[in-house]
Amino acid sequence: MKLRLKIWRQKNAEAKGAFASYDLDGVSPDMSFLEMLDLLNSRLVSESKEPVAFDHDCREGICGSCGMYINGYPHGPVPGLTTCHLSMRYFRDGETITIEPWRAKPFPVIRDLIVDRSAMDKIQVAGGFISVTAGAAPEANSNLVRKHSSDLAFDSAICIGCGACVAACKNASAMLFVSARVSQYALLPQGRPEAKERVRAMVEEMDRQGFGNCSNTGACEAQCPKQIRLFNIARLNREYYKSY
Amino acid sequence: MITLNAKIPEGPLGEKWTRYKAASKLVNPANKKKLDIIVIGTGLSGAGAASSLGELGYNVKVFCYQDSPRRAHSVAAQGGINAAKNYKNDGDNVYRLFYDMIKGGDFRAREANVYRIAEVSNQVIDHYTALGVPFAREYGGTLDTRSFGGVQVSRTFYAKGQTGQQCLLGAYSSLNRQIKAGTVKMFPRRDMLELVVIDGKARGIITRNLITGEIERHSAHAVVLATGGYGTVYYLSTLAVNSNASAAWKAYKKGAAFANPSFVQIHPTSIPQLNEFQSKLTLMSESLRNDGRIWVPRQKGDTRPANDIPEEERDYYLERRYPAFGNLVPRDVASRAAKERCDAGYGVGKTGLAVNLDFRDAIKKQGKKSIENKYGNLFDMYRAITGMNPYEEPMQIYPAGHYTMGGLWVDYELMTTIPGLFAIGESNFSDHGANRLGASSLMQAAGDGYFILPVTISSFLSGEIRIPRIPTDGPEFDEAEKNVRERLEKLLSIKGKQSAASFHRRLGKIMWDYCGMTRNEAGLKKAKDMVRELRSEFWSDLKVTGEGDDLNQQLEKAGRVADFLELAELMITDALNRKESCGAHFREESQTPDGEAMRIDSEYSYVAAWEYNGGDEPILNKEPLKFEFVELKERSYK
Repeated sequence: MKLRLKIWRQKNAEAKGAFASYDLDGVSPDMSFLEMLDLLNSRLVSESKEPVAFDHDCREGICGSCGMYINGYPHGPVPGLTTCHLSMRYFRDGETITIEPWRAKPFPVIRDLIVDRSAMDKIQVAGGFISVTAGAAPEANSNLVRKHSSDLAFDSAICIGCGACVAACKNASAMLFVSARVSQYALLPQGRPEAKERVRAMVEEMDRQGFGNCSNTGACEAQCPKQIRLFNIARLNREYYKSY
Repeated sequence: MITLNAKIPEGPLGEKWTRYKAASKLVNPANKKKLDIIVIGTGLSGAGAASSLGELGYNVKVFCYQDSPRRAHSVAAQGGINAAKNYKNDGDNVYRLFYDMIKGGDFRAREANVYRIAEVSNQVIDHYTALGVPFAREYGGTLDTRSFGGVQVSRTFYAKGQTGQQCLLGAYSSLNRQIKAGTVKMFPRRDMLELVVIDGKARGIITRNLITGEIERHSAHAVVLATGGYGTVYYLSTLAVNSNASAAWKAYKKGAAFANPSFVQIHPTSIPQLNEFQSKLTLMSESLRNDGRIWVPRQKGDTRPANDIPEEERDYYLERRYPAFGNLVPRDVASRAAKERCDAGYGVGKTGLAVNLDFRDAIKKQGKKSIENKYGNLFDMYRAITGMNPYEEPMQIYPAGHYTMGGLWVDYELMTTIPGLFAIGESNFSDHGANRLGASSLMQAAGDGYFILPVTISSFLSGEIRIPRIPTDGPEFDEAEKNVRERLEKLLSIKGKQSAASFHRRLGKIMWDYCGMTRNEAGLKKAKDMVRELRSEFWSDLKVTGEGDDLNQQLEKAGRVADFLELAELMITDALNRKESCGAHFREESQTPDGEAMRIDSEYSYVAAWEYNGGDEPILNKEPLKFEFVELKERSYK
């Protein structure tokens, strides 16, 4: 396959970025999207040009490192896949692909397609935990948990923290991200003792980091590579009201 | 020569850990505040250790190369985590878990360490459950378990095919709690480029800030490496592509012995390589072998679609060769059996380097819904990558480099041969012998981090309470920083033609071909020469674009590949030295008539702990393995 790539290049947060175009041939439909970028970078390096910087690590859709807009969609046009899992089979020979970093005020650009997502960690530090010290836990089966609740908690807990929900949202809201964690703990008896403090602390930190509010467009759910459901946000709101 | 003192407590197996804890020296809470500890890595072991040490009141600094501690590669573990809870009433207990690990490791692990990890396994499950890890449950609300490769009891706790992710996020949450409490300070996007040793003790590290390129000095009273394994030496592996051996390798070059480096687990069920430019191999959880049946056509070069091949023309070779364990034989056995069939010409798929993993019978018996509940996310992942639907046709799988049982040598206290330097989780060598059983890595990493290291480290730190905070302007820090800067300069100044990635790919091929699933003397000797040649080519023709004092992913990669080029040679040296087959280390010269691994206990019942010796051949130190509580047996799964 032969592709034309339009990629956002930006030296650092202060620099003014711009699109640069590259023609890339020799792309195989078996490649993942990131392998296609590896190929581009190996060509750039051989021409002594600066390669495109992007975050990536596990390349199996679970670490949450990678993420970029591909033709305007966070993680690309195929639902339920991270960028590293997106196969080049989904693109046509001769296609022009536009690639940009996450665009959201709380995610300043570090270089090219790399953005600073530490604001998400700060929200988790504010309250995304159950306070149990190693050694203090009761026997695991001493608390029975309804299977249905446990399964629902799992469905929320699979968030990989990639930031696609924020990038997809016109308000740069992190509500889906925050609600996933709040829901996980809200659904489990272990999480109840600190439920009020947790939801307040996480929402407060979310606001402090400059994330916007939710206006129910559902773009986050549509673009979430793990397909975390919108009703988690409803649960977050419910938990928040209950905390006062 | 270094002296290897494993410091194993006296007494019966079941009492060693209790006796150790009863006699161990403690650090007074007021003194803990004055002691600094550095932890490198934020996976299950690193994040677990950092949060536990923070809870105890130490000052902890944690480093990782990723942008967030939540991305450490423990996140990718799929199948589960073992514990001797005996919730299924199937006769499981601590001793049986211990014995399965000793046998699974082909009698090349230390009894006392293995028994201890089996002992703390139940506490790990209690702790994760309390942290809100959503393990699978039964309808009555209790925790569910499943059975996993290489054992006959059901002791594996799981969260669908994402157990590692859920445990890691639990560890991340306890880390966050301590960051909020101020006991732990987090330094993401840092590479550890040097260990600082002062008066024979590990006292600090030199890091590179991966965003700014800044070289930084950090001091502490003790340093804990939780840096994982070195399986990316094969280039294509199931590891994260940035996983690397550099921190452990720097420690080795500063005097920490490296044990059994050739013991590498090749995982039997990964998605085969699809193209020449591939960057990694994706694992399909071994749990799939509980319901999937592995087969190849009986006829060589049979190119019919799998579903068109009738039952009598299929060779379920694992069930045929190992009737007692069938498709659930341990990983090393399953991997070699797949390689044997493919090498003999029975492989399937485009390249002939794949075997079928078929769910047809399981779907017929249990229904599609049940299979979807158990493996839905894995099936989806497989389909996304290959475009094939495993509900309709068999998966194609092939072995891939996965886990390294070898690692830094540690004593019972998890301390390396450098006082004050500890190694936990996959980065040490201690618990899995020559082969790791499924769902034991999460158990070991979490056990080391939460429940073992926080106890054992105090016996070292109790002797350090009079040492004030270590200054970072001493000559040892100057020297270490100078070395780091010079090496980065050197990497940047070669200005040759080939990228670091291209060297890595070539190194991986050499290691896979000659120091992978099977090894022989001639091949290993050849590989050693090839690695040396490749290394000298690297240092004369490497090309790194960009600058050192800036974000530079090419430079990061180059440093890691440079270390792999040295480690690879040590792996080969170790594989050459061990002329027996044991566990994952299969020397073709040492096999039974029917092709099974043959140990030579009289000569090789030891841990090979290699000591750095400048540019010369490394020095072999042997820690004899004494089996006081189990009888050495042929490891049979027939």
